[in-house]
Amino acid sequence: MSVLTPVRGTGRIYAVNPVAKLAASLVLSLFLLVTIDWVSALVALVLESVLFVGAGLGVRAFFRRTAAIWIAAPLAGVTTVLYGLPSGAAYFEFGLIHVTEGSVQLALASALRILAIGLPAVVLFATIDPTDLADGLAQVVKLPSRFVLGALAALRLVGLFLDDWRQLELARRARGIGDTGRLRRFLNQAFALLVLSLRRGSKLATAMEARGFGGSTVRTWARPSRFAARDWMLVLIGVAIGAVALGTSIATGSVNFVLG
Amino acid sequence: MAVPDARPAPPVGATLRAEGWGWRHAGRPGWAVRGLDLVIEPGERVLLLGASGAGKSTLVHAFAGVLGGADEGEHEGMLTVGGRAPAESRGRTGLVLQDPDSQVALARIGDDIAFGCENLGVPRDEIWRRVDQAMDAVGLDLPLDRPTSALSGGQKQRVALAGVLAMRPEVVLLDEPTANLDPAGVSEVRDAVAAVVSASNATFVVIEHRVDVWLDVVDRVIVLEPGGGVLADGDPATVLRERGAELARGGVWVPGFDPLEGRPARRGASSAPDARTALLATAELAVGRTPGVAAARGLDLEVTRASALALTGPNGAGKSTLALTLAGLLEPESGVLRALPALSGDPVAPAGGAASGAGASAGTGAAGGDAGGRGARARRRAVRRARRRGGVHGRRLGEHPFAWPSRELLTRIGTVFQDPEHQFVAGTVRGELEIALKALRLDADEIAERVADVAGRLRLDGLLTANPYTLSGGEKRRLSVASVLVARPAVLVLDEPTFGQDSRTWAELVRLLGEQLDRGTAVVAVTHDRAFIDALADHELVVTPVGGDS
Repeated sequence: MSVLTPVRGTGRIYAVNPVAKLAASLVLSLFLLVTIDWVSALVALVLESVLFVGAGLGVRAFFRRTAAIWIAAPLAGVTTVLYGLPSGAAYFEFGLIHVTEGSVQLALASALRILAIGLPAVVLFATIDPTDLADGLAQVVKLPSRFVLGALAALRLVGLFLDDWRQLELARRARGIGDTGRLRRFLNQAFALLVLSLRRGSKLATAMEARGFGGSTVRTWARPSRFAARDWMLVLIGVAIGAVALGTSIATGSVNFVLG
Repeated sequence: MAVPDARPAPPVGATLRAEGWGWRHAGRPGWAVRGLDLVIEPGERVLLLGASGAGKSTLVHAFAGVLGGADEGEHEGMLTVGGRAPAESRGRTGLVLQDPDSQVALARIGDDIAFGCENLGVPRDEIWRRVDQAMDAVGLDLPLDRPTSALSGGQKQRVALAGVLAMRPEVVLLDEPTANLDPAGVSEVRDAVAAVVSASNATFVVIEHRVDVWLDVVDRVIVLEPGGGVLADGDPATVLRERGAELARGGVWVPGFDPLEGRPARRGASSAPDARTALLATAELAVGRTPGVAAARGLDLEVTRASALALTGPNGAGKSTLALTLAGLLEPESGVLRALPALSGDPVAPAGGAASGAGASAGTGAAGGDAGGRGARARRRAVRRARRRGGVHGRRLGEHPFAWPSRELLTRIGTVFQDPEHQFVAGTVRGELEIALKALRLDADEIAERVADVAGRLRLDGLLTANPYTLSGGEKRRLSVASVLVARPAVLVLDEPTFGQDSRTWAELVRLLGEQLDRGTAVVAVTHDRAFIDALADHELVVTPVGGDS
C-alpha cells in the first residue's frame, strides 16, 4: 500500500483542479472564521449541502469520508455547552459546569461552524490526487518544481515506512527485547526507521538525479494542469457562500466578530 | 540506416573513457577505485565483474554523473562520456539501480516513465510517444495509470528500464538490476534488457555477480581489480576460461564452478540419537498479516530436529507470513500451530489431557480462528498476560509460540529476516552479537566466549567495532545470521537468506547451516534458490496463494 495510490473517481468533483479546491476551501474558511455565530454557519452549511449533492460523490462515500467531522462537531458542541464562557440566563450549574444561554448559543455556533468548514474541506481534499496536486502547484501556482516533485516523491516513501515499522517491531520480538523497556524500544525502533528512511531517500534521490532531475534544463510537463473556467467557478462559489453567510449574519444582527 | 517505420533512429552509443581515474568517498581512508584506464566503445555490451569492494558500482555511478561533487569525495584522473564530463551529459546516460522500491518516483506507471523526459525538456506529445515505445520495448502491457505500488519487483525494474529508454540515452548502465528479484523476475528483466539491447545502438554496461544471467546478452567482460586497475578484459568465453577459477574464488557466480567445491554441506542423514524429534507441528494452519485475511491456508507440516524444511512457491503466496508465524512472531489466522514439549521445555502433557498453563488460555485463537471483535481483544490481552507471566522462571510456556515472552524465543526459535537492516538494534557489531546473550542474562565470560566464537566463524572478528549499517551486503547477512545463532536456538527460521549474495557468502552460509543441521538444529527457510534447496533441504513445502479470500 502506498499513501500515493492514485485517487480516481467519476464524480464531477474529481475533474476540478486541486489548486481550485485548495483555494475555495481556504476562502470559505476565512469568511467563517471572522465571526462565531450560528446564523452564518447555518447559512453556509445549507448552501454547501446543495454543492455536496452536485459533487457526485455518492451518499455512502460522503458519510464514510466525513465521519470524523460528524463526531467532532457535536462533541465540541457538548463541551462548549458545559464549560463554555457563562453569559445570560443560567439553566443549570454543577461545579465547573455552567449551562447558560450564552454557552448554548456558542455551542451551537461552534458545532455548526466545524461542519461548515470541515465538510467541504474533507470533500474537496479527499478527492485530490497527490500527483495532480503537485502538477497544479508547480504549473498553476508556479512553486519550484524541484521542491514540489521532491515532496511528492518523499510522500511515496511513507507507505514503505509503515511496512518497515511493522518488520522492525517483529524483529525486536525475535531478538529477545520485545517485552521490556517500552520507551527505550520505541526510541531504538524510531532511530532504526530514521536510518532506513534516510538511506531509501538518498537512493531515490540518486535514481531521480540519474533521470535528469534537478538539472539546469527547463522542465516540460507530461500532464498539463490547467486552471479553467470550471476551476474559477469553484473558487467563486467559495467566495459567494462565505459572503452570503457573513452578510446574512450581519443583516440579522447576530454577527459575533472573533477579533474586537 | 534502415529504419522501416517512421520512428526516429535510436541515438548512437557514446564512448566511455577512464584515464588514470580514481575516486575516494569523503571520509574514507582508501580509494574505491584508483589508476583505472578503460575504454568502452560505442555500442559495446559489457558485463562488469569484480570481487565485492572492487569499485564496480562507484565506476558506473561516475559514468552516470551521480557520484556527486567535491563534498561527496575526491577524484583524480579523467572520466568522460562521449568526450564530455558525465555531469554535463545528463540525459545521455541512463541508470537502473538494484532496489526496485527506491527508484520509482511517481505513483502511476506512465508518469514514472515520463519523468526523465520531462526533466530533459522533451515536448509533451513527444513524451507520450516515447513512453508508449519504451513500454513496448520492455514488454510492459499495462495501462498507463496502473499504480506503481501494485507492481511486482520485476515489473518495477522494467518500468525503471522503460523510464531510462524513454530518455533515448546513448549509454545504458545497469547496477545489479536483478539482485533483489526472484528467479521469475530475473528472467523477466533479463529478457527485457536483451530485447532492448538488440534493438538499440546504445552502449550497455551491466554489473552483476551472476554471470550466467547475462552471458548471452553481452559481448565483452571487464573484471575490475580491488584497489584499482583492470584484472581481465575480453570476450566472455576467453575471460571466463582464463579467469573463471579466480573470479569464482572472489565471489562471482561463474557457470561451471560449484561454490561448495564438490563437498556436501551436510554429513547426510543425521545420526544424532534425538534426530527426528518433532519440535513444531501444524494442522490446517492458516496464516495472515491482517486479521481476518488469510495469505495461505490448509498448511500441515512438522518441523523436526536436525532436518531442513524449504518453503517455496510464487511471490505473494504467504511464504514469509508462514515463516514468521512458525517463528512465533505472527498469530495464526486459524488452525493449529503447536510447539511440542521438546521445544517448549514443558513437561509432557498426560495423554488426552487438555493443555493447561499460561499459553493455553492465550492461544485459543489458534483453534478458534474468530477474527475481530471482542474475542480478538480478549485474546490480545491474554497473550500479553501470558508473555509477562511466562517470563517468570519455571513457568510453563505452553504450546503457542506467539504467546511466549520475547526472551523465551531466543533459545527456541531464532529468526533471520529477509532484510538484515530490519533486525539491527545496536550501534556496533559486537553490541549486535551481545544483545541476545544479555537478554538471556548470561555472565560476562560466557558472553565474551560465545561472541568470539561466532564472530570468528563468520569472519566478523575484524569488524566488531564497526557500525552494522556501514557493512557490505554480504557482511550484513553474515552478521544477521551470527546474531541469531549466538543464542543457539533449537529452530532456525530464515527468510530468503541467500538473496543477492555473492557465491562466497552463499557457500559460507550453506556450510554454516549444514553444520547447524548436523548438530541437531531444525532449519526452516523461505527460498527461491534451487541450489540452496539441493544442498540442504530434506523437505520442500510449496506454498500456494489463497485467491480472493474472505
